[in-house]
Amino acid sequence: MEKTVNQRAWLLVLPVLVLVAFSSIIPMMTVVNYSFQDSFGENIFFWVGLEWYQELLRSERLWDALGRQLLFSFIILMIEIPLGILVALSMPKKGISASICLVLMSLPLLIPYNVVGTIWQVFGRADIGLLGRILSDLGISYNYSQNAFDAWVTVIIMDVWHWTSLVALLAYAGLRSIPKPYYQAAMIDQASRWSVFRYIELPKMRGVLMIAILLRFMDSFMIYTEPFVLTGGGPGNATTFLSIDLVKMALGQFDLGPAAAFSLMYFLVILLISYVFYTVMITIDKDEAKQ
Amino acid sequence: MEWMAWTLPTAIFFLSIGALLIGMGLLHMKYPSTPRVGVLGIETMRGDRLFISLLSSAFINLAWIGLLDAPQYGALIICGLFAIFVFRWV
Repeated sequence: MEKTVNQRAWLLVLPVLVLVAFSSIIPMMTVVNYSFQDSFGENIFFWVGLEWYQELLRSERLWDALGRQLLFSFIILMIEIPLGILVALSMPKKGISASICLVLMSLPLLIPYNVVGTIWQVFGRADIGLLGRILSDLGISYNYSQNAFDAWVTVIIMDVWHWTSLVALLAYAGLRSIPKPYYQAAMIDQASRWSVFRYIELPKMRGVLMIAILLRFMDSFMIYTEPFVLTGGGPGNATTFLSIDLVKMALGQFDLGPAAAFSLMYFLVILLISYVFYTVMITIDKDEAKQ
Repeated sequence: MEWMAWTLPTAIFFLSIGALLIGMGLLHMKYPSTPRVGVLGIETMRGDRLFISLLSSAFINLAWIGLLDAPQYGALIICGLFAIFVFRWV
């Protein structure tokens, strides 16, 4: 039977295209235009060419913020992914306890970002916060607003508290989708718990774990609200991540040109990483479909 | 449109990208691309190769700006050569 080729179906994509144009493409074009110009306000611009890019790429400010950002994303992935898997493995498989567990795990995900920051800001204070007070009573010197190490630890624990349950829920969904015969075969072979995890559960969770890694990496790479509320990027610049630095530049200093160049480079890095993750996920899906 | 702070060079840049996308779209309708596995070991279509070329070009240009004081057309020549490589072997 001859197939009908109808290119008019492309018109159905038009509404989405219009929506994306107004929400993403036109603002992006404006940012590109700003990045080659300087402005002193009142919508008056002066062409400066590649000056902002040169200035930023040769400044320590950008590289320091990028380094902090990559370190932060690396640390939280190293903690949240194994911890999320561990939590998922420990969760009840069925019954009312499984439902209660799922609801409890979802709670941190429902809290708005700025509220999370505020909770930890109060929680960590040595004068009124539970954590800060307990640590100071134990004789441990802890002050996230003055000590860079304490600030980093607090920001990391806050992120782990907020987002590990997402990884756990995804891993749990992956675990629940493994057919029983796999476990029965492992039992017949007298496989150890580790072998069951290594050769059955982990490979079967590969797809959802890739999604978890992608989501957590992208989200941590663009983190703004929680550390901004908690530390404001300080002490000094210790927790000034890329987005905090960008907002300082764009709104604090009103340097529209450099901020536009900064955000474009930031966007390009995110686009590159997203493409790599997307390609890996597609390749995994195709490999799984072949098996 | 004044608020978008348009300039001639950026307008030419976006028109070129737009023309490239429309051209590739029309080319795909006339001669549909078939997937192939190249040096990266991933399956790519013509559109993927264009995307890889454009994204790489952005990074080549940034590296050129950050590392060298040479005129920018040098980076554009490298981008062109790299795009040929991507379309031929990736």
